[in-house]
Amino acid sequence: MDVMPKWAEIVLVPLISLLFAAGLSALVILGIGEDPVAAVKLMVTGALGSTYGWGYTLYYATNFMFTGLCVAVAFHARLFNIGGEGQAMLGGLGVALASLYIPWPHWTLALVGAATMAALFGAAWAAIPAFLQAKRGSHIVITTIMFNFIAAAVLNYILVNMMRPQGSMDPATARFPDATKLPTLHDLLSPIGINFSKAAPANISLLVAVAACIFVWVLIWRTRLGYEIRAYGHSESAAKYAGISPIKITMVTMMISGGLAGMMAINNVMGEAERLVLNATEGAGFIGIAVALMGRSHPLGVFLAAILFGFLYQGGAELALWTSIPRELIVVIQALVILFTGALDNMVRMPLEKLFSAIHAARAPKPERKPVEPAE
Amino acid sequence: MDFITLIQLLDSTVRLATPLLLACLAGLFSERAGIFDIGLDGKMLASAFFSAAIASLTGNVWLGLLAGIAASLALSALHGLASITFRGNQLISGVAINFLASGLTVLIAQAWFQQGGRTPSLNGGARFNPITLPFADQIEPVPFIGPLYAELISGHSILVYIAFAAVPLTWWILYRTRFGLRLRAVGENPAAVDTAGVSVNGLRYAAVLICGVLTGIAGAYLSTALQAGFIKDMSAGRGYIALAALIFAKWRPWYALWATLLFGLFGALETRPDVIEAVLGIKVQGQLLGALPYVMTVIILAGFVGKAIPPRAGGEPYVKER
Repeated sequence: MDVMPKWAEIVLVPLISLLFAAGLSALVILGIGEDPVAAVKLMVTGALGSTYGWGYTLYYATNFMFTGLCVAVAFHARLFNIGGEGQAMLGGLGVALASLYIPWPHWTLALVGAATMAALFGAAWAAIPAFLQAKRGSHIVITTIMFNFIAAAVLNYILVNMMRPQGSMDPATARFPDATKLPTLHDLLSPIGINFSKAAPANISLLVAVAACIFVWVLIWRTRLGYEIRAYGHSESAAKYAGISPIKITMVTMMISGGLAGMMAINNVMGEAERLVLNATEGAGFIGIAVALMGRSHPLGVFLAAILFGFLYQGGAELALWTSIPRELIVVIQALVILFTGALDNMVRMPLEKLFSAIHAARAPKPERKPVEPAE
Repeated sequence: MDFITLIQLLDSTVRLATPLLLACLAGLFSERAGIFDIGLDGKMLASAFFSAAIASLTGNVWLGLLAGIAASLALSALHGLASITFRGNQLISGVAINFLASGLTVLIAQAWFQQGGRTPSLNGGARFNPITLPFADQIEPVPFIGPLYAELISGHSILVYIAFAAVPLTWWILYRTRFGLRLRAVGENPAAVDTAGVSVNGLRYAAVLICGVLTGIAGAYLSTALQAGFIKDMSAGRGYIALAALIFAKWRPWYALWATLLFGLFGALETRPDVIEAVLGIKVQGQLLGALPYVMTVIILAGFVGKAIPPRAGGEPYVKER
């Protein structure tokens, strides 16, 4: 039975967890001898004070939307996909192959083609652990972790030995042709009279990410497949009894999840770097875990959490630039968010549930009193 | 490949296997009690930093070791709090601990030493130095046995011998003591243990804390014996390889020794591509060799080569029936 009202469930619990994480982060900043208030001010001006800052914030947020959705979709089927990092790496490979070896006439076609390849590669990389979980019963968390390492090794091998242009020492592919160049937010916004920073990397992939959020919402709450995914997540045995195949749901969910992680590559590989470099994902796959937990696996929540983490990422870079606080502060904040919204969820929830049931108990006797009152 | 190359190769195998072995046994205690621990890597990293930092500040490596174990224990306690007391998701807690260690170590290292997230280089009493076992020098001229004893068995730091001694000790604790029986039972069927009047949470906390001590030693070994000082993210995924070794070993102490030695050998071969080329006659890419432990673990997990069955109650918080 639901003890808490819905608003408390979706607003109060994450908010309190976030306050815990923020409070502890402030203590960490104090602990290393810096001023948390000044740090927050610097982060806000650095990440949100200019269109340049916004451009970076939204660029990072685009990455995190894809990886956050990746983790969120899997969560609905009660599958924990830690492999977003590896799947996004493989997505990068898909984008690089599509961009380098297919002569695209226009960026719109290139975007569709590259996104499809990215999703396919990501989905394929997720399909193997999914198959092993569904058919052989091997734990998906462990296999997806292993597949992150294998992906890094495979990509390293391919970049160094196969895709590196001759004469180049850098383990990276050649630059993509001009026809695959995606329009940045500057290009998109200048026709309607908004002068957005030219140097910032945010690009049209942001719109694709927003579309992906809407797609996931429709998928999970408005389709038969989504219903099956949620049913499987709530109770495997009940789902089986209702004729839902666990093998099918595990495979399909993981492939959608991996496909979403893979599609991140249109942003970081195609939109920003315009070539595939080593470690292009920069841990975005793992941030997806924090984003999905904070967003309560809901696309709107993921969207908002991704923007928050985009802000933290860009703000953290500014901090590292102007103060002696290293960029790793963001990793600490990320860890605290995962800890409080994920692992220590009950710590926040248990006292709140007690509070709400106490309120219920105080209110409940009122309607019962009426019949006791003497009638005329 | 000549004999002395083989000895050298095995010597670095032992060096590289030691942290894996300690972490693997740590995970064994935790997972046998039903608590998944993917935070091994983070705990090793935290311990590596604090042992190097304290050893560097005090000049005493033993104080460093204690500090490292304390740091690892603190993270273990956090993991216990999240996964035992508050019945949270153990996997998510482990992920959080890994990130926490990865970020905090650099942050604190920068605040304490201002060297870009590393500690100063350690030397002398601030490091665990190699120990020469008795008669190593006298026995060395003897063919075969001499180099084997003097180069391979002798000449490691004390932590290596502790790690190897921990294998029979772990076996003895798990299979020959009352505590060990209960620990294994709590990972298979906590309700039965509870019915017998033994505290499930108490046993699980004990297991998690033993895990903390062992990862603490593993971390200290990384920064004060294997290398001389802490550098950013120096655990380099060893916690995950240890986890892989644990599955490979099917959650058994002696198998854990062989699994970690095998993975240690892969690590040693990665640094000696010339040896592989000489033996196999083909060039093997170092990057691919590095991925071999992970590939092998996936194959084992898939059940193609003997099935790895984890403790039955692993990963599930225990809720007392009302």
